[in-house]
Amino acid sequence: MAEAIQHDILIIGGGGAGLRAAIAVAEHDPDLSVGLVSKVYPMRSHTVAAEGGAAGVVKDNDSFAAHCSDTISGADWLADQDAVELFVAEAPRELTQLEHWGCPWSREPSGHVAVRPFGGMERERTWYAADKTGFHMLHALYQTSLKYEGRIKFYDEWFATSLLVDDGRCQGVVAIELRTGLIHALTAKAVILCTGGAGRIFAFTTNGAIKTGDGMALAYRAGVPLKDMEFVQYHPTGLPGTGILITEAARSEGGILVNRHGDRYLKDYNLGQPVDINDPRHPQKRTMELGPRDKLSQAFVKEHEKGNTIDSPFGDVVHLDIRHLSAKKIRLKLPFVRELALNYAGIDPIREPIPVRPVVHYMMGGIHTDIQGATPLPGLFAAGECACVSINGANRLGSNSLTELLVFGARAGAAAAAFAREHTIGATGVLEKQAEDERRRIREEFLTKTGGTERIAALRSELYHAMETGAGIYRTEASLRQTDQTLETLQGRYRNLQIDDRSNCYNTELITALELRNMLDVAGALLHSALERKESRGSHQRTDHPQRDDAAYLKHSLAYRQDDGKPRIEYLDVVITKWPPAERVYGAEAAHVAPDG
Amino acid sequence: MSRPMGRPSQSSIRYSGPPMPAETITLDVFRFQPDGDGKTTFQKYDVPYHEHWVVLDALNWIKDEVDGTLTYRWSCRMGVCGSCGMMVDGVPKLSCAAFLKDYYPRAIRIEPLTYFTVERDLMIDQEGFLGKLKSIKPWLIRDDDQTPDGGEYLQTPDQLASYKQYSMCINCLLCYAACPVVGAEEDFIGPAAIALAQRYNLDSRDQGAAQRADALGAEEGVWGCTFVGECSEVCPKNVDPAGAIQRAKVDSVKTWYKKLLMPWGGS
Repeated sequence: MAEAIQHDILIIGGGGAGLRAAIAVAEHDPDLSVGLVSKVYPMRSHTVAAEGGAAGVVKDNDSFAAHCSDTISGADWLADQDAVELFVAEAPRELTQLEHWGCPWSREPSGHVAVRPFGGMERERTWYAADKTGFHMLHALYQTSLKYEGRIKFYDEWFATSLLVDDGRCQGVVAIELRTGLIHALTAKAVILCTGGAGRIFAFTTNGAIKTGDGMALAYRAGVPLKDMEFVQYHPTGLPGTGILITEAARSEGGILVNRHGDRYLKDYNLGQPVDINDPRHPQKRTMELGPRDKLSQAFVKEHEKGNTIDSPFGDVVHLDIRHLSAKKIRLKLPFVRELALNYAGIDPIREPIPVRPVVHYMMGGIHTDIQGATPLPGLFAAGECACVSINGANRLGSNSLTELLVFGARAGAAAAAFAREHTIGATGVLEKQAEDERRRIREEFLTKTGGTERIAALRSELYHAMETGAGIYRTEASLRQTDQTLETLQGRYRNLQIDDRSNCYNTELITALELRNMLDVAGALLHSALERKESRGSHQRTDHPQRDDAAYLKHSLAYRQDDGKPRIEYLDVVITKWPPAERVYGAEAAHVAPDG
Repeated sequence: MSRPMGRPSQSSIRYSGPPMPAETITLDVFRFQPDGDGKTTFQKYDVPYHEHWVVLDALNWIKDEVDGTLTYRWSCRMGVCGSCGMMVDGVPKLSCAAFLKDYYPRAIRIEPLTYFTVERDLMIDQEGFLGKLKSIKPWLIRDDDQTPDGGEYLQTPDQLASYKQYSMCINCLLCYAACPVVGAEEDFIGPAAIALAQRYNLDSRDQGAAQRADALGAEEGVWGCTFVGECSEVCPKNVDPAGAIQRAKVDSVKTWYKKLLMPWGGS
């Protein structure tokens, strides 16, 4: 029998948000013990793959109001403005704190941190570490967390399978220790979920293998609603075939997008008019290639419909051209872009344009939290991509997510610490009983089961296919319903799953099977949220309801899991403070507001 | 699953790659299951040969379609998470960056990273490495820790450049599998940990070199290195740990002389 493990606070997930939360707890109250449970070694977490940068107002020509306004219009007014205001206000301090922890931010000659513009920004405010910002942030956070030896205990390569809930509050998790196969009850006074997004429910994604929506599914199955799940961000520039991300920084440094005719086609999609690449005004902020991600990805589909995309061995693409930036600038500011293009597309962007197409990148939706990171289930908190506060609304601005995991990771850590100080762990017998039930379920459903005929990979690839065709950049009621029918079939077939691996030590096939269950649950919440939202807003484009409808849908969707497994959708008003809903304007008018840089 | 294959899309936009090829390539894979009889074996798998596939794609195909018990680590499949290091034909490589076409039509031998304890199949024990990482105090150490309210610590691009290369390490452990000293001397803290110590020692914002000197100057520290240089050869991120070690040796001598000449402490 596995030993009982107890902490004041458990954090599930060791990426940027989880590590920031752990350090926040350790700094707030040295007496609290933190257990950090992660299915991979923390430095493997997907924060590592973020490239472009992290937004925070730091220069004299910028303002909190401008960052708020860019974020809110980028979100198509679905962001909560109180959350955005505090996010923007706390961002510079968090980024500076990370600088104090060693993050090698790129610098100006004066020694101050340098910033670059990103899509949808009126001013340049993105802090960056060349084009490996997430990598440097994650390693700085992980290495700093090692300072708190004794206060933060790492459970590396442990996989959480369910939440322990008793007396109306969350008091721990059940988790598999991969090395031994032992299934442990880990109890705590508060739990923070920081498990990242769920891009892997789609076929073509920038996300690593581990992004399977685990925390979202844990919360959802425990009765916590998932908010705004219909909003999925397609990043406009992924490498065809692999889905590997080519950062927006390539465009903020001056890269352009062209179709098969060599035409900068974005000019046809209400994103303003181009200026010549040699014009000192290029690239113009909030214009053309520096428009928001949702609009750029949608423009690709329209170009394809017009027959203007380029045929490649790995599907239809457009070209991202950065040749005019010069070899020196590419080597200095975009070395990872060059490395990725060379290795995975066989293209040297110094000499040739990079083939790209839209690719699933980020979930705006997630576990419903307030601005402290608290979920409706007492004792349960969430932060980072798995959570939805919401500052991202219907479309996240590039470089807000790395800042978000710092600001809200720290807030969730502080709030969980306060909660833990006021509570004790309740009836451990009840929690242990829940863990025993979970052990039996996993044994019976997977390890001792016989007669199943379905393979994980077959179900997974049908899920990919159904999501991509029915719930992609453009959706209709019919496409969503068809995908939902497929999903229902897959849920049924999942019960007939059979795994090859019956051993205890590092049974990664078992973990993959449990991840697939999480993916199916998250996909269900997404589809039903998308079906119910009969409007087009940001990244959620319904061709059968092409207009934004503020009267009916200036609201967050909340997907509750019902006993039959199907979601029930409710709505919650969006918080508006100073920015009344208006039309999103990019291009000429935006350029007028920001005359230079 | 990163490189879609045989997964045609019905939508009008094409996603998928070329169809399933007729050619195959053989992977000869090291197997060890501690739950079983404890024996190590090699198992041959014939895998569809795609020019654009990397070894990791082939392993994923085996696990998905043929043998779910094959065990290895991976995540980002873009050379930055550091999970998927293994020996590919005897050379430490990231399997997400080792292309089948560089071996075809020969069979490829796949083994776990050498000099590490094998947990199962291609998975190695990384705990020892984490202990070494911690021993060099890989965090910014200041005499006067300041709050963020006073703004950033200034650092010029030149000061950044002096340590930047050593900050690029992804902890993939290929350098340990290439280092004969690691093989002979288990306690040697190794290339990546020494490079990381230098990353902080050379950072203009850091004042912790003295606190790292003991771990670096010990027999298990820089003096263990016999300068074979293999670590820098296999590094997928051009961190040049060998260069870091040489620099650390010079610094270590300086520290030793300082201690000898100024036992009361000088700076």
